[in-house]
Amino acid sequence: MSEAATLDEQLEAFVGQSSGPATKGRYPVNAPMIHHWVEAMGDHNPVYEDDEAARAAGFPSIIAPPTMLQAWVMRGLRTSAHAEAARERGEAAATTANDQVMSLLDQAGYTSVVATNCDQHYERPLVPGDELEVTSIIDSVSGEKKTGLGIGRFLTNRLEFRDQQGDVVATMLFRILKFKPGTGASRPAPEPEAAPRPLRPRPALTQDNSFFFEGAKQGKLLIQRCTACGALRHPPRPACASCRSFEWDTVESSGKGTIFSFVVNHYPQVPAFDYPLVVALIELEEGTRLIANVGGITPETVEIGMAVEARFEDFDPELSLPVFYPATA
Amino acid sequence: MSKALIEHHFRATSLTFDEVAVGDELPPLEIPLSRTLIISTAIASRDYQDVHHDPVLADERGSKDIFMNILSTNGLVGRFVTDWTGPGGMLTDVNIRLGAPNYPDDTMLMTGSVTAKDENVGSDGRGAVEVSVRGANGLGDHVTGTVRVLLPSGGAK
Repeated sequence: MSEAATLDEQLEAFVGQSSGPATKGRYPVNAPMIHHWVEAMGDHNPVYEDDEAARAAGFPSIIAPPTMLQAWVMRGLRTSAHAEAARERGEAAATTANDQVMSLLDQAGYTSVVATNCDQHYERPLVPGDELEVTSIIDSVSGEKKTGLGIGRFLTNRLEFRDQQGDVVATMLFRILKFKPGTGASRPAPEPEAAPRPLRPRPALTQDNSFFFEGAKQGKLLIQRCTACGALRHPPRPACASCRSFEWDTVESSGKGTIFSFVVNHYPQVPAFDYPLVVALIELEEGTRLIANVGGITPETVEIGMAVEARFEDFDPELSLPVFYPATA
Repeated sequence: MSKALIEHHFRATSLTFDEVAVGDELPPLEIPLSRTLIISTAIASRDYQDVHHDPVLADERGSKDIFMNILSTNGLVGRFVTDWTGPGGMLTDVNIRLGAPNYPDDTMLMTGSVTAKDENVGSDGRGAVEVSVRGANGLGDHVTGTVRVLLPSGGAK
């Protein structure tokens, strides 16, 4: 969960920043690119190709199709390919803020991209010879969303297009979805045999807490005990909060307790876990509390105060943990 | 749809502001979604993302096939409206939202209607109307949006 918060914070830091340096159109507005566009679109409007028809319709000359706006400032094949390659190598530092956001999202697994919204406003029609420059600001990056295409985040940029006089000729709001491929409703998740299940996250082991995980491997729920005053404590830490002693040993818990509080986690989903996932704060009969998963029960029937007892589950050769089940006695 | 029918959709004389009323429907436009259309429009918009031309990489990225890029959808929405207005229509706003992707071998049916009309003609002799647009393919709505277009007044054709 703290990892997700860190990503949110990292992304939030980019909001309001310039997405990158102003980009000049590779070519001025020109008739050949307009022709290519209208032919591809099947558009037969003569104001894009015939000066006389354009003037008759009240335009100074042929105009570019207004919806072609963004095409004038697209990076083109070579620059796109370079940026893409740099992102895949994880070298975003020297590139734009937008590339850095894209790179962060790639690294977090949101490797696919699809555009979802485009709002354009045109101040005037563009004519051949116009030279465009676009500036862009990162408007927002959403939290994780479940969409039909997959689990992802929306990235919105706000763009301003200026001409050779520096006048704003158009503005645009552009939103894309970066999503995790294969997590959408339209495609089944990969077969388990095709992709082995990822392991649960590793605990960060220290000299103070490794006894807990070693104990779990042997099927024992161990509690840290201050050898100076006898107070029990959890989670593990170096010093006793009652008498400040650094001396400690452990006692084995009966494994019996009650559910002090719980949440049912539906989302975001991490592949190593089964959902819905019941995460509970268990109060052991020895008095300490610990966080653990609850098994053997549907989320609807979990209740605060319910009597539970620990069993041990070997999730993989390196990781065993207590999971609490409704008490049998 | 044959090439002749596509051409026929375009109105040769300018629609005037006075001829339009709220509730008017635009002539529907059927767009056959060939691979050629999807790829040629992506390249015409200088969009070289592989998902718009390479089926194998599109599949790796979680899409069943290549699909139309948003700039092309934007272009077709603009074309759908100016096909109706004729040469005198001047687009000022195109706001679109994408839904189901436009995959090859499907058809997108574009429909629209006039949702609002400014009360007065501006000093340039043009008046604004707002059109709501929908483009639906076999999977559902590919695009929904709103377009604002200026039309010449009756006297200024």
